[in-house]
Amino acid sequence: MNKYSQIKALLAITKGSLTGLFRNPTAFIFNLVFPLIFIIVFGFISGGGFRMDVAIDKNSDTSNILYTEIQKIQSIKIVRDKTDEEINSELTKGSIEGIIKISKIDDIYEIELTTTTASITGGNILKLLISKIVDNVNLANANLTKKTAELKEQTIEGRKYKTIDFILPGQLGFALLSSGVFGAAFIFLILRQTLVIKRFFATPVSKFAIVCGEGLSRLVFSIFNSVILISIGYFVFGFTLENGFITFINMIILCTIALIIFLGFGFVVSGLATNENSVPAIANLITLPQFLLAGTFFSISNFPEWLQPVSKILPLTYLNNALRKISFDGATIIDVMPEIGVLVLWGVIVYLIAIKTFRWE
Amino acid sequence: MEKIIEVKNLVKHYKKLEAVNGISFDVFKGEIFGLLGPNGAGKTTTLEIMETLRKKTKGEVLIDGLSIDKDQSKIKGIIGVQLQSAGFYPNLHLDELIKLFAGLYNVEVNPEEILKSVDLLEKRKSKFKELSGGQKQRFSIATTLINRPKIIFLDEPTTGLDPQARRNLWELILKFRDLGTTIMLTTHYMDEAEILCDRVGIIDKGKILVIDSPDNLIEDLLKRGFTRNRTIKEATLEDVFIDLTGKDLRDE
Repeated sequence: MNKYSQIKALLAITKGSLTGLFRNPTAFIFNLVFPLIFIIVFGFISGGGFRMDVAIDKNSDTSNILYTEIQKIQSIKIVRDKTDEEINSELTKGSIEGIIKISKIDDIYEIELTTTTASITGGNILKLLISKIVDNVNLANANLTKKTAELKEQTIEGRKYKTIDFILPGQLGFALLSSGVFGAAFIFLILRQTLVIKRFFATPVSKFAIVCGEGLSRLVFSIFNSVILISIGYFVFGFTLENGFITFINMIILCTIALIIFLGFGFVVSGLATNENSVPAIANLITLPQFLLAGTFFSISNFPEWLQPVSKILPLTYLNNALRKISFDGATIIDVMPEIGVLVLWGVIVYLIAIKTFRWE
Repeated sequence: MEKIIEVKNLVKHYKKLEAVNGISFDVFKGEIFGLLGPNGAGKTTTLEIMETLRKKTKGEVLIDGLSIDKDQSKIKGIIGVQLQSAGFYPNLHLDELIKLFAGLYNVEVNPEEILKSVDLLEKRKSKFKELSGGQKQRFSIATTLINRPKIIFLDEPTTGLDPQARRNLWELILKFRDLGTTIMLTTHYMDEAEILCDRVGIIDKGKILVIDSPDNLIEDLLKRGFTRNRTIKEATLEDVFIDLTGKDLRDE
């Protein structure tokens, strides 16, 4: 008799599990449908661009080149129909990113830009954009060739940070978290309850091979969905893959590492849950805070300071940051090792807990 | 006769319950051995210890000469197990499930051949949950055949089935015995044990009361002067039922 191969048994489980997953439409909801809904909604809301509301001071001089240039910037939306009071109130809330006042003093235009601590990121981008305009106008007036100015303008355009570039990595990260946690939690609970696992135990397959077989099938399934998600983002919504295919491959490698860690959370949940009703409660406890606080929708820097340390310990934060660095900044897996390090640390903790809590019966 | 299973002084204690209290019996090669007893007698516990699915408290069990303490993996390779209420992987067709188990046993099989042997060839593209009670049990038995086992364990294989499906399953079990497989089953239906089993062990409260062939046990009882209260009729109500409704299976 040939020696029994656990690998063969493991792959048989993976194949069976995958066949079942692909045949089950609900399996695609977390992985594909939810993220796509969010991407589409955000894609349409902002027309693929990042927008800031900026108010113009009533006493501002608007008949000059500076104002015309500001109006040309796509990501700045000029607010006119508001009273001073409304403008000030919205500025403190951060829903208006800044107030601009242009005045002419001794033939020199002076731009007064008021930003708010309620939206530090927005304010900083605004400062950057305005100073760019001032530079350009100065350059143009210094009688330099127009070509130089245009060239600089083009560089800025090329690095345009679109909403999709922020939202897709966040959605991808969250999809991986959900499918890892919910997927692993449900499958082992169900296999346990329906005694499928018990029947497996009556064969020579090892427990380790069962867990790995199931994990591998989840991994293949989620990566398959990630590929679709990134492709739709790239081809339909103009998602930036900074170095093209290389960037794509780096993203997939990162997704794989992250999913292995997230599956560990699912194993913990399946061990803690006593029936299928308690799975969503416990699983949501893990996923929901990360959905809100890990920079899935909003940049973490928008959060109040007291909340930021919370965001900075969540594993999804690190996955989202790393995914954005790879896709938009063209970083490689090596460049995001610090983020991967935090994820791996989480993985070690979670799998230690999983080993303690995992139940077979 | 050659022993294929030896159970010696087997004890299983749960936290409060003494499920199995020092039972011993042997099963011979090629026979159908039935473990009979009321619910909670310790039948399933005994069977699951023999199948290496449950740890024993004390005692010794040898399956084809292999100890359940040391050779669990080897034992699993030579036995076929049908659990009382096993589920199967959701969303897979029967032939895919057979292939999955073939992988788990590391053997090559022809799923259609196996399904045909339990009369489920037409159902090969169905899911387990879509099957009737009798079909589910037949499929469950089909999964015990994949590794061409020396011994098949069946835990209450006919519980919950209608008379037609029971008879059909009996024929199947007898067919596998005739092909040389040793079969150990549990049941609480005495008519079933009488028809199927070469020998039975009657178990209650974790102890074996008697072990013998059904005929010998009946004869012994009669020798001790037992008579039935009512005169024995030449037929039973079940005979009437089968006569009226026929032997054809109803779950197709």
